[in-house]
Amino acid sequence: MSISKEPYRPLIVAFCCNWCSYAGADLAGNNRLAYPADVKIIRVPCSCRVNPTFILRAFQRGADGVILCGCHPGDCHYTSGNYYTRRRMALLFSMLDYLGIERERTRVEWVSAAEGAKFAATMNDFCETVASLGENKRLEDLRCKK
Amino acid sequence: MRKITLDRLDEFFAAVAGKLKLYIPVDTAGGAQFQQWRAGAKMSDALNTTRSAKDFFFPQTENLMEFKTEGKKIEIIDVRRENEDFAIFGVRACDVRSFDVLDRAFLSEPADTYYQNRREHGVIFSLACSKPAETCFCGTFGIDPANPKGDIVCYKTDDAIYMEAKTEKGANLMDSVSDIVAEDEGGDGESAVNAQKEIISERMKKLPLASLSTDKFGGDKTAKFFDDPAWKSLSESCLGCGTCTFVCPTCQCYDIKDFNAGNGIKRFRCWDSCMYSEFTKMSAGQPRLTQLERFRQRFMHKLVYYPANNDGMFSCVGCGRCLSKCPIQMNIVKVMKNLGEGGENNG
Amino acid sequence: MQEITRDTLISRAKELLASGEVDRVYGWKRGEFCYDVTPALFTDAESLEKDFEWGDFCGANLSKYLVEETRKSEGKILVFMKPCDTYSFNQLLTEHRFDREKVYVIGTPCAGMLDPKRIRDHAESFTSVVSDENGVTVSTLFDGDVKLDRSEVMPDRCLNCKSKKHVAYDELFGEDGGTIASGRFDEVEKIEKMTPDERFEFWRGELSRCIRCNACRDVCPACTCEKCVFDNPNSGVENKAAENSFEEQMFHIIRAFHVAGRCTDCGECSRVCPQQIPLHLLNRKFIKDIDGFYGEYQAGAEVGSRAPLVDYTTEDIEPSDAVKGGDENA
Repeated sequence: MSISKEPYRPLIVAFCCNWCSYAGADLAGNNRLAYPADVKIIRVPCSCRVNPTFILRAFQRGADGVILCGCHPGDCHYTSGNYYTRRRMALLFSMLDYLGIERERTRVEWVSAAEGAKFAATMNDFCETVASLGENKRLEDLRCKK
Repeated sequence: MRKITLDRLDEFFAAVAGKLKLYIPVDTAGGAQFQQWRAGAKMSDALNTTRSAKDFFFPQTENLMEFKTEGKKIEIIDVRRENEDFAIFGVRACDVRSFDVLDRAFLSEPADTYYQNRREHGVIFSLACSKPAETCFCGTFGIDPANPKGDIVCYKTDDAIYMEAKTEKGANLMDSVSDIVAEDEGGDGESAVNAQKEIISERMKKLPLASLSTDKFGGDKTAKFFDDPAWKSLSESCLGCGTCTFVCPTCQCYDIKDFNAGNGIKRFRCWDSCMYSEFTKMSAGQPRLTQLERFRQRFMHKLVYYPANNDGMFSCVGCGRCLSKCPIQMNIVKVMKNLGEGGENNG
Repeated sequence: MQEITRDTLISRAKELLASGEVDRVYGWKRGEFCYDVTPALFTDAESLEKDFEWGDFCGANLSKYLVEETRKSEGKILVFMKPCDTYSFNQLLTEHRFDREKVYVIGTPCAGMLDPKRIRDHAESFTSVVSDENGVTVSTLFDGDVKLDRSEVMPDRCLNCKSKKHVAYDELFGEDGGTIASGRFDEVEKIEKMTPDERFEFWRGELSRCIRCNACRDVCPACTCEKCVFDNPNSGVENKAAENSFEEQMFHIIRAFHVAGRCTDCGECSRVCPQQIPLHLLNRKFIKDIDGFYGEYQAGAEVGSRAPLVDYTTEDIEPSDAVKGGDENA
């Protein structure tokens, strides 16, 4: 067994809506566009299924960054779900920032089913940003560490 | 009797902290709280701390053990850390009595070894209350703030603190720091302490709750008070929060839970409150469905059930924390005054 | 102009009880001292005369009690409300939490309440408090009388009162006031101007004192869920856990978020916190953001208004700009 420490890789949780962003991720795969394996995708029926608790829970369970992807505003499969998402996340992210939790750890991105390239680029960029921040220390649950 | 002048108090704290972990009350944004002494820390002048001193022996939360599983093998990890010596400075007479109350719950067989270890490793510097507050009623339970119990009893005057070790544990600790606080032989100790006691006794008589009595309560009074009509009006506006139980120095209920951390199980103990709707929830549901029942449980336990099982000792020490902290200002004094007075409107 | 006193309230309550218009009265009840006033239900003239209290320490917001109380019988309840309480009252009505027909509201004037915690900072062991236009005189057991300025002993929520206007009442005592341009967001701005590290340290210090007694939740008129998510053992954060700061952050963020857009800024959460955590600063951050992002909105100002979080426009601010926006203001 090697004792050398593995280089730090962040753990990213990506909530992707079933209709656009998840299909966008599929397309990125079909087109062989590379993005880091650090991203763990959780498929949700709509971006507005994501309750602020999900985001905090992801951090609790060891995520270093959480990204939420949904249909572009106006294109929601359920007409208006992502508009609610937009309001909720604007307020939640602002609150996290207010509590001194690094704003770069959370992001919302609109990715359509046709935007495989955007999906890959977004994930590459987000991973890099979170990796440069290092481990999540400000919203961690010590019990879940180690 | 030993004496340390207030200008040398820091030296004394430093000397004690050199022997073991020392906690003193300091002023914080949340009122006075016990904190570990560090150079420069200033002792609070407040009468009492927001949270009681029970935290030291029965912390709000502690990990009991951990489990890790690999296949069918379960590894049990010992995480106990309660074997460290420590001292608490400035514990008031009421809080010192609360340790007796907790002892009866935790040290009766089978003893709670987590609690027991902490009790054995803790040294208590009690401090007489030179200025009791209007919410104080320790006298009701036979506690004398002029003569607190504890390992080392302290009296604070305008310029000095006088200390007297009462137990072997206390004497050993004081001997180990005698180069800082020598025996005050032939000094003014005796007379200064007596003068302090005199002042405290006089002040105790002036307290608005000085005449509150426990006469009508006791272990044999369940039938008398259980269906008292006053419970309804007393509990009417209770929010069902846990403030009273969490600031109370004698509330001793806890819950033990397993937390799945993803990398193993952590079994922890945390305070619980009989005011909570989830308290002692069983598969069949809750035993006390209404806030009236939960409210009644808390006060009956303090005034009737506990004395019934503990030679008549009440599990309230009159510290007055619930009087100043309850969001709706309902408290044990109002309960004691209104129970058994007949009529629904006395609540 | 008739002066409003405790007797004015009692005699009107007695009239309404006698006429059968109402069959019970929610008000405040005297305690052992001048300040330990408890919300209480009165059903007859005698107990009103004896125990009813109205004064500087009747800070408890009675609106939440109506949710339970109105379900108990068909009779009507008389309730006394300060201006800020009426906002909570309206918000509960908006959420259909009780039947308006079962409540008779008397709006009472308010000059701001007094905070026993702040009085204690200036006067130990106090027994009585007399306030008049010259200030507050506090009698203590051992130190004689202490004279204080009213502003020294008022809670933050009253110093930064947002409105003296009653937004709901059946009958009004005294003259109605208006909304006030208060400095209630000043503290929020101060925190926003800190560096992220300072902000983190500030909140870590404040929230670490939390003992998870749930008083803030249980007193909050916006927290009226029949079953709170934090009472669910599966939440993983329903009790304070060992060696951790996460569950305090989780509890307070989620609680503040859950009442965002519905919180009327009544300040009860900070009043009841036994550890004196400035919880209103979390709620006010949401209110300030909502005002900034989606236009001024005061929860409870009118019954039936659509809360910002159950509404949207197609032109809303993007989450990424929301946080940057906070920066530019700094």
